[in-house]
Amino acid sequence: MAQAKKKTAAKKAAAKKTATRSTKKSVVKKSATKKVAAKSTKKSVVKKSAAKKVAAKSTKKSVVKKPAAKKVAAKARKAPRTVAKKGASNKGPSNATLKAMHLKMLRIRRFEERAGKLMEDGKVPGALHLYVGQEAVASGVMQHLSNEDWITSTHRGHGHLVAKGGEFKPMFAELFGRSTGYCNGKGGSMHISNMDLGMLGANGIVGGGPPIAMGAAFSNQFKGNKNVSIAFFGDGASNEGSVHEAANMAALYKLPCVFVCENNGYGEYTPQADHQAIVDVADRASGYGMPGVICDGMDVMAVYEAAGEAIERARSGGGPTLLECKTYRYYDHVGIRGMGLTYRTDEEVEAWKKKDAINSFEKRLIQLGVMSRKQLDALDAAIGEELEEAIQYASDSPYPTPDQLLEDVYYVKGA
Amino acid sequence: MSEAKKPEPRVLPYVLAINEGIRTVLREQDDSFLAGEDVAAAGSVYGYCGGLLDEFGSRRVIDTPISEKGIMGLGVGASATGCRPIIDLMFMDFLGECMDEVANQMAKMRFMFGGKATLPVTVLTMGGAGGGMAAQHSQSLEAWLAHLPGMKVVMPSDAYDAKGMIIAAARDDNPVFVVLNKQSLAMSMEVPEESYEVPIGEAVVRKQGTDLTIVAFGRMVHEALDAAEQLKDVGLNVEVIDARSVQPFDTATVVASIKKTHRALIVHEAVKFGGIGGEISAQIQEEAFDYLDAPIMRVAAPFSPVPFSPALEKLYIPNAAGIVTKVKETLGL
Repeated sequence: MAQAKKKTAAKKAAAKKTATRSTKKSVVKKSATKKVAAKSTKKSVVKKSAAKKVAAKSTKKSVVKKPAAKKVAAKARKAPRTVAKKGASNKGPSNATLKAMHLKMLRIRRFEERAGKLMEDGKVPGALHLYVGQEAVASGVMQHLSNEDWITSTHRGHGHLVAKGGEFKPMFAELFGRSTGYCNGKGGSMHISNMDLGMLGANGIVGGGPPIAMGAAFSNQFKGNKNVSIAFFGDGASNEGSVHEAANMAALYKLPCVFVCENNGYGEYTPQADHQAIVDVADRASGYGMPGVICDGMDVMAVYEAAGEAIERARSGGGPTLLECKTYRYYDHVGIRGMGLTYRTDEEVEAWKKKDAINSFEKRLIQLGVMSRKQLDALDAAIGEELEEAIQYASDSPYPTPDQLLEDVYYVKGA
Repeated sequence: MSEAKKPEPRVLPYVLAINEGIRTVLREQDDSFLAGEDVAAAGSVYGYCGGLLDEFGSRRVIDTPISEKGIMGLGVGASATGCRPIIDLMFMDFLGECMDEVANQMAKMRFMFGGKATLPVTVLTMGGAGGGMAAQHSQSLEAWLAHLPGMKVVMPSDAYDAKGMIIAAARDDNPVFVVLNKQSLAMSMEVPEESYEVPIGEAVVRKQGTDLTIVAFGRMVHEALDAAEQLKDVGLNVEVIDARSVQPFDTATVVASIKKTHRALIVHEAVKFGGIGGEISAQIQEEAFDYLDAPIMRVAAPFSPVPFSPALEKLYIPNAAGIVTKVKETLGL
């Protein structure tokens, strides 16, 4: 059948495209992004093709992308000690900043591990989409934000909220459906939010967040303040019309908005090569009329630097940026083991885990003398205790009362 | 301007009353802006945004791309973060382009967030057939919206209500859809110059009667009033209620009327199946079954897309003649 042949050919091409993601290639270990691969001095077939792609791209992509890519590449080659010194500005982040980003990542990791276990033990109702593996993205971006800055999140939203300052107790209470949760137990995992922290909600609709983030950015511009809004979304959502409309309007109005695409390689269970014909979502930026930047989403410093530039541009009136972070989720689309669907290999997962953002950053912190192994372990233990306390608090908390069912459907004056 | 004698009552068409409603809101609320397709430079395809750009500037009267998801998302995001947007959705049919932003985001955000988000957003949109605009520019989809917990939906039937309901909607701290009607744009009446609200959720008795209660929505109120006039000639005295608000619906006013007339007929331009009339009918029989002397009847559009051909479109839209027939049938005449 000609059609079948065509499909096979397309699949082959797709497989080639995702070669850097494939576990069979050692490239994955060496480079987080194709950019890195391309710039790397070592040779491989995959790298060559990536390099070709980059070469072709560099002509049409904005100037912003090139230095960002260079930075990532440079970092990959240099010793970890350059981390503290390097950066967009000549002054690197302080030790306090490094510690804060690490804390964010570790808090997310441990929260999600526990939440996943609770779900699989049947202690949490509904479905949880866990952020384990992608911690560097939320942490690196959020390090630049205050509570006055808005974010919209995704169905995989716990990590964004933890990084934005969400506390374990009301978060677990929300996952447990208790009235002490951030949303009084009425939103749950997929709608968890905190307006005081500037978190405009996880979102059960893929592509639901970006138009709202664009609206929040409009609000900031309208009021004339210097606050920004960040739209987190995935490679899956990048195919939703809502994302294109939001991006076009943000660029048109030069809104203080950053579109952060967490490209984890899968739209639910469908590999990126099977859901879009491009490898880099950032390619679409020029179509919107904004800079497109790719960074290593498994490297919190790379995210921190790239996000810093994009956020600074937004704050200073330079308009939006599409920042694509190449990352990976270790767990299933839902839960830890999920539904047991075979859509990726264990080898692929293990290969990505070798580039774990937290492990590598902890090594850097130790090498830089920012934290000792002992301190890191103590911190981990403290987070563990806080988690258990929060889970106890959540399970001890009351469920919403029947009268709360009809509460807050509408705003009622004086209620 | 000072005047020596009492001024003549000021008569405005529906289209200018809409304009004045928006203008009043933009004057009264500094945190309000108007955004939509062709609202600024062109003054809207219906003309009701004329002069707004000149008065308020491009910061507050904003032309958008043809991107309904984006426009509605703008309304959600901006209202949740402290603005009071007025969003213009050119045709109600375009709801299909932005139903996620309307149904899953705008209507639900407050509830999902445990009451911690407030969305004071007003959406103006244009419904109704009659202009040869065919199946995708003529629908009456208020039942879609009224089915969404968290959403308010009003249908001003005349110029006075159009202005007052836009102002009321903009002052409301909930998402409100103001469903306008394109066949009513030239319909004129006395409209006060000052700012006033027509309360959301309150129906009004347009004509008192004793023999039967007609509950009508939007432009159908005028068809019902015409029918009531014609029925006078055959000695029937029907009561006509303008529902004005679809969500929340003023059941109390309707039930009180039916306790007096013992018969009910519901009239809307939307298709009958799944239309709001079925819901109203159920509410009436739940609350006033013992008072009914006849089955509750409905006059609505047939279950077809809005046809293009003028011959068919005329047949499609409910009118006074059809109402007269149905009233007589209900009364066994």
